[in-house]
Formats: sequence, structure tokens, C-alpha cells
Amino acid sequence: MEKIQSLTSENGVVIFTKSTCCLCYAVTILFQELRVNPVVYEIDQDPEGREMEKALPKQGCNSPPVPAVFIGGKLVGSTNEVMSLHLSGSLIPLLKPYQSLS
Amino acid sequence: MNSSSTQYLNSKRMDVYEPMHQFSMWGDFKGNIYQDASATMIIEVDAKLDNQSEDTSHTTIGPSNQCDQEASKPGDKVLRRLAQNREAARKSRLRKKQLEVSRLKLLHLEQELEQTRAQCALMSGGVNVCHLGFPGGANSVTPAGIAAFKMEYERWVEEQNKKTNALKTALHSPLPDMELHILVDDTMNHYANLFTIKANAAKVDVCYLISGVWKTSTERLFLWIGGFRPSELLKVLVPQLDLLDQQSHDLSNLIQACQQAEDSLSQGMEKLQQTLAEAVAFAHALGGGCYEMTNAMDKLEELVRLVIQADYVRKEALQQTIRYLTTRQAAQGLISLGEYFQRLRDLSSAWAMRLCEPA
Repeated sequence: MEKIQSLTSENGVVIFTKSTCCLCYAVTILFQELRVNPVVYEIDQDPEGREMEKALPKQGCNSPPVPAVFIGGKLVGSTNEVMSLHLSGSLIPLLKPYQSLS
Repeated sequence: MNSSSTQYLNSKRMDVYEPMHQFSMWGDFKGNIYQDASATMIIEVDAKLDNQSEDTSHTTIGPSNQCDQEASKPGDKVLRRLAQNREAARKSRLRKKQLEVSRLKLLHLEQELEQTRAQCALMSGGVNVCHLGFPGGANSVTPAGIAAFKMEYERWVEEQNKKTNALKTALHSPLPDMELHILVDDTMNHYANLFTIKANAAKVDVCYLISGVWKTSTERLFLWIGGFRPSELLKVLVPQLDLLDQQSHDLSNLIQACQQAEDSLSQGMEKLQQTLAEAVAFAHALGGGCYEMTNAMDKLEELVRLVIQADYVRKEALQQTIRYLTTRQAAQGLISLGEYFQRLRDLSSAWAMRLCEPA
């Protein structure tokens, strides 16, 4: 889907969320904790939201469709994948180019 | 008979040879038999000894040689028997070792079977509970599912203690790492089973699960989103292990990563509580004392996801820990963990008994 394409290619770290989703919130908090400022896109606040929700599984983010995390234009996955990567020490290297210097 | 007695009395020289001679005087028939019999017996006894020894001693001893050999080389026989004993002992030790390995394999298979049975029981319990169109409604559905969970959890704890003991036995016996590895894997699978059981319970009644009433009172002190905090567990575990510098470094990073993950989920929980409170407080009145519960119900569904996510982090934290450890370290770690939980539960019992004692 074009919107997803453009958002993810133009921004280093993008998280597609829903405003009601607490896990989306948790993932956003984690990234902020890791000194990254992700672009958080609430698809339930977007008129094209339904379309995006259908498109995300096609990209590979199935159950659930949100949060859908993209780093460097590539889909990383949902909460499970983010947690696994972080615990194995592989998330920070992925985020390094996008970490702020504070 | 007279001839023998006559000869006996008359001959002094005969005295020396008396026993043998006496035999021969009794008549050829008997004397010969005795003489031959004794020689025959010697042969048979030695033949038996030879047969008992398993691999050694392939010499065949003819009757004609037997007496000579016996008379001239008693030392050889002793040496041979010592060698046979050593060989038998060696074989016995080998058989004992093989038995131990087989016993472990059997134990492993029995445990797997038990787990599969437990999971089937829970799943069938779950299917009955979750069957759509069940006439009783929410109230009669929940207790059955939760009763099943309580049972399964109790059984899980029993199995956990058995597995901890099995690991202890294996760690202190001269078993190859391969066998220990099987037990470590088995224990890790058992933890994974716990999270499956909990996920099913969360779907039946997440409020019950997250309250932690199914745990002992002391375990509840450490409750975090329906279970233990992975970082705290690692802080208990890691000091009890003998680690290389690289391992200490990796595990220290893992503890920090756990804390960050826990923190993010905790904040997710706070957000959820806030939105649930809002949904309850600002629920639209529908008239007749009824309120719109859809939003609030949706929040509780979110809670199910959160609890299952917390369990996922617990499972990943355990698996990642094991990845950094050798088989023996992993075994020691799992033993420490199992013992820690058991002591915590024992503390709960001790505390309860203390409160019951007369003042």
C-alpha cells in the first residue's frame, strides 16, 4: 500500500498503532527509552485506516496487525518480535543509526 | 576281607601306603572306583571353574594332566581367578552405567507423556468451557475453566519439583552432558507449558489470573502483570552461577534489557488502567440503571493481550539466559530457580502456620 510504503521509506523508525492499543503504547515507550523517536502513526485516526489495517498483514504483520514496527523501511514485526530482539541484544544495533545523542 | 586285615597287620612298609593300598585291597572293583572317582571329581570341579570364567581361560585340561597341574601350579589358578573377578567387576560397572542412562531416558519419556496428558486434559476442559452457545452464560462457564486451571497449575508445580530433583541427581552423577542437556530441555519445555496454561486461563478470566490468587501469599508479593518479573528472577539466579567474564557481561545486559521491557509493559498497563477507569466512569447511561459496557469490556480484552505479552517476555528471558550458559551451568541455574520458588512457597506455608499458633 502506497501510504505505508511512503511513510516507511521516508522515516527511519515507524510504528503503526491504534490509539486504543496498550501494547502499541508499550512499544513506543520502549523505543523512547532506547533514545529513539519513532514516527507513531495511529491508523484508527486515519480515514484510510481500514485499508492500512488490511495491508499490514500482507506486509507480513499478521496477528495482530498493530503494533507494526518498521526500521529502515523494513518490517521488523509486532510486539513479540521487538521483545525477542531486545532481549537477545539485537534491537539496539538495528536502532543505532536512529538513536539521538542525548 | 581276611586277606586285607592280614596284610594290614603284617607289613610295616605297607603302613606308609596304607590309605591307597587299603583301597586297592578291597577289591579291584571298589578300589578302582574310588581312585578314579576322586580323580574324576577333581577334573569336574576345575571344569566348572573354567566354565564360570567368561572370556579368559581357554585351556582344555585333560584328565591325565589334571592331577599334575593341580599339584604343581596352584599360583596360576589364583591369578586366573583374580583376573576373572576384575573382568566381572568391569562388566558390572559398565552394565550399571548403561542402566542409569536407560533409566534417565525412561524418566524423560514418562515426563513427556505426563505433560502431553496434562495439556490434553486442559485443552479438553477449555473446549468444554469455551463452547459457544453454552446455555449457562458467563457465570457457569468461568468457574469450570478456572477450576481446570487450578488443577493444572497444582500438577505443574508438582512436576516442577520432580524435575528440579531430577536435575539435581543428574548434575551430581557422572553422566555425560548429553543426558543433562535432555533434562535441561525438558525443564525449559515445562516452563513453556506453564505459559500455555496461563494463556488459556487469561482467555477464560483475565481478572482472576492477574490477581494472582492462584499463587501462594509470598509469591504474590512479587507479582507483576500476573507472574514473576524476569529481571528479578535473573538477579536471584545469576549470582549463584560460576560465570566467565563474557557471560557475566551478557547476562548483565540481559537483565537491563528485561528491565526496559518490563518498564514499557508496566507503562502499557498504567495506560490501560487509565482508559478502563475512564470507560467505566464515563459510560453512557442506557436507562433503567444500565450502562454501556462495550468500551470497558474492550479494555479487559486488551488486558488479556498484555498478560500474554508479559508471559512471552518471561519465556524469552529464560530462553535467552539458557543460551548464554553451558549445559552444566544451565542445569545449575534451573535447579536454583526451582529451589527458589519452592522455598518461597514453603515460606508462605510457614507464615500461615505462624499466624495460626496460639498467642
